[in-house]
Amino acid sequence: MNIIVCLKQVPGTNDVRLDPETGSLIREGVPSIINPEDRNALEKALLLREEHGGNVVVISMGPPQAEVALRDALAIGADEAILLCDKAFAGADTLATSFTLGSAIKKLGHFDLVLCGTKTLDGNTGQVGPQLAELLDLPQITYARRVEIQGEILKAERVFEEGYELMETRLPALVTVTREINEPRIPSIDQIMQSYREKEVKTWGAAYLGLYEHSVGLDGSATKMSKIYKPEFGKGKVEFIEGSMEDMAQGLLAKLKERNLI
Amino acid sequence: MSLNEYRGVWVFAEQNDGRLRRVSLELLGKGRELADRLRVDLVAILLGEDAGKLCTELIDYGADKVLWADDPELRCYRTDTYTKIIASQIMEHKPEILLVGATYVGRDLAPRIARRLGTGLSADCTSLDIDEETRLLQQTCPAFGGNLMVTILTPKERPQMATVQPGVMQPLQKSTRKGEIISIPADIEHKDMRVSRLRVIEETRRGIGLEQAERIVSGGMGIGSVENFKMLGKLAELLGAEVGATRNAVEAGWASSDRMIGQTGKTVRPTLYIACGISGAIQHIVGMKDSELTIAISKDPKAPIFQIADYGIVADLHQLIPLLIQELLRYKGAR
Ligand SMILES: Cc1cc2nc3c(=O)[nH]c(=O)nc-3n(C[C@H](O)[C@H](O)[C@H](O)COP(=O)(O)OP(=O)(O)OC[C@H]3O[C@@H](n4cnc5c(N)ncnc54)[C@H](O)[C@@H]3O)c2cc1C
Ligand SMILES: Cc1cc2nc3c(=O)[nH]c(=O)nc-3n(C[C@H](O)[C@H](O)[C@H](O)COP(=O)(O)OP(=O)(O)OC[C@H]3O[C@@H](n4cnc5c(N)ncnc54)[C@H](O)[C@@H]3O)c2cc1C
Repeated sequence: MNIIVCLKQVPGTNDVRLDPETGSLIREGVPSIINPEDRNALEKALLLREEHGGNVVVISMGPPQAEVALRDALAIGADEAILLCDKAFAGADTLATSFTLGSAIKKLGHFDLVLCGTKTLDGNTGQVGPQLAELLDLPQITYARRVEIQGEILKAERVFEEGYELMETRLPALVTVTREINEPRIPSIDQIMQSYREKEVKTWGAAYLGLYEHSVGLDGSATKMSKIYKPEFGKGKVEFIEGSMEDMAQGLLAKLKERNLI
Repeated sequence: MSLNEYRGVWVFAEQNDGRLRRVSLELLGKGRELADRLRVDLVAILLGEDAGKLCTELIDYGADKVLWADDPELRCYRTDTYTKIIASQIMEHKPEILLVGATYVGRDLAPRIARRLGTGLSADCTSLDIDEETRLLQQTCPAFGGNLMVTILTPKERPQMATVQPGVMQPLQKSTRKGEIISIPADIEHKDMRVSRLRVIEETRRGIGLEQAERIVSGGMGIGSVENFKMLGKLAELLGAEVGATRNAVEAGWASSDRMIGQTGKTVRPTLYIACGISGAIQHIVGMKDSELTIAISKDPKAPIFQIADYGIVADLHQLIPLLIQELLRYKGAR
């Protein structure tokens, strides 16, 4: 079974700043991690490989430093890693991201399953998985908290408002997973060192993929960020109810009575 | 692409088990405003079987037209059938805006449609505005856990697509209105049935969804234990409220994840929100800041939750909650 895992490097904190000029992330000084759900996707891929045999390829579009995330993935157990890295890819929205990822996956050729996270910590749109499925003309199951494969048949439990639904499709397919699906393994120091010594991260650019610059990155994007700002919430007019514990309890109920809430 | 060919505001009307999701009505409320400002029709697109009643409901909530595909195979949502029908209707009628509720269906469907049409899509918007001059939809959503707000435009492609968080927009008052119901073809083929829903595994949701709740009593880490959370439930019951929770309280196992309010959880706007033992992290506040009356209880007078509260109480909840329950019982008994 050939499995492709899409993996994004994201800032490990929400305390990030954006460049107001370009709308792009200021990455300097912000620690990076593998998007948590993508680790779950990788873990699932490795478990499926243990069960069915095959090959796990991790693929990421990002700046040169995203190689670190791919090295981690190799250390954890991925067989191959591909970094889609090119100045022309910068500033991509989900349309351009899915296009670039999809083009690379087509180039890889045969596969049975594409696994993604449901959402990233940074862009947080949850759009790349379905868009990639559309581009590759694959059936998709999103928000999967459980995935099983028997022969050609994939079954997954999908989260929805009222509970969970059991979905079934035929391979090849694309599935986006939630953090519930498993507990990702952590690489040992040895494995990390080995991933640098013995394994290779391939880097593919726009030219290698045969992509025009206007169809990728900022130019290939349909959305533009027009404004970024700090939200203002403060009502700033809190009235404290004070006194003894009894005073406070009764004071609170009095306010509710005033407004006909009890 | 000639942008001027594209006119009209569309809303995806999501039905589940023969009932409309509330967010679809909320989107009609917002869509009505946008359509009026753009001087165009508001159109709802509905897929489902025997849904005549729902069509009328959509008109009563503001739609000028309802496009309805009626087919037994559309009872249950399927990515492929829904994408195909909606995308082909869009190609034919060329609306300038398509709004979709950010539900589990909407988030599965909207990106697929946007990709097929090659247009832009913004996710989880909490505010939508229109520039009447340029006809550009300003799509605003929280970013980085609510630390920042981002406004997104789709300048050169149509339709401008956005998913919108449930519970944020307001539905119109239901009233009998005139509107047109237009039937559209389903054209479902075998190859559109690649994914099947075998069955629903468990229904976790009891009571009404938090998004619809008029009153919410919400607990955070200050509650301290699962037992105390049950006590909070008692307080909520006495107030006719639903129980909400912070992400940390959910992660501690004190409340189920459908109770989570905030960036990762639900967006709510009840008339009454009582925050108990919640510090008021921005990720929580983005989910409840539009509550009409907010009462905050925490032992830390500097907790940021007080900045957005109408009334505050600095107290130890372990003492205050039992007292509140007792007082409420006494009050109710006395009446
Ligand atoms: C604050 C902010 C808001 C944004 N809003 C929008 C918006 O409304 N619309 C829009 O089109 N774009 C938006 N973007 C741009 C968007 O974040 C990028 O296109 C990004 O490359 C992919 O989207 P995502 O992070 O939302 O991924 P998601 O769709 O949330 O990711 C889902 C999964 O797709 C895979 N994946 C995603 N990106 C990559 C990658 N680079 N390499 C490998 N696998 C990947 C991973 O498996 C991931 O778990 C926004 C960006 C920011 C920073
Ligand atoms: C990407 C991301 C997404 C997130 N999404 C969400 C989200 O959707 N929703 C969400 O809620 N959070 C979310 N968070 C977490 C958020 O940042 C906060 O950590 C969380 O809201 C804090 O929960 P809390 O208020 O329950 O706990 P705390 O911050 O620990 O606050 C507890 C409060 O209780 C008070 N207290 C303690 N004991 C008592 C007592 N005995 N009596 C009275 N008061 C007491 C304390 O003084 C304090 O004010 C997210 C974080 C990240 C990074």
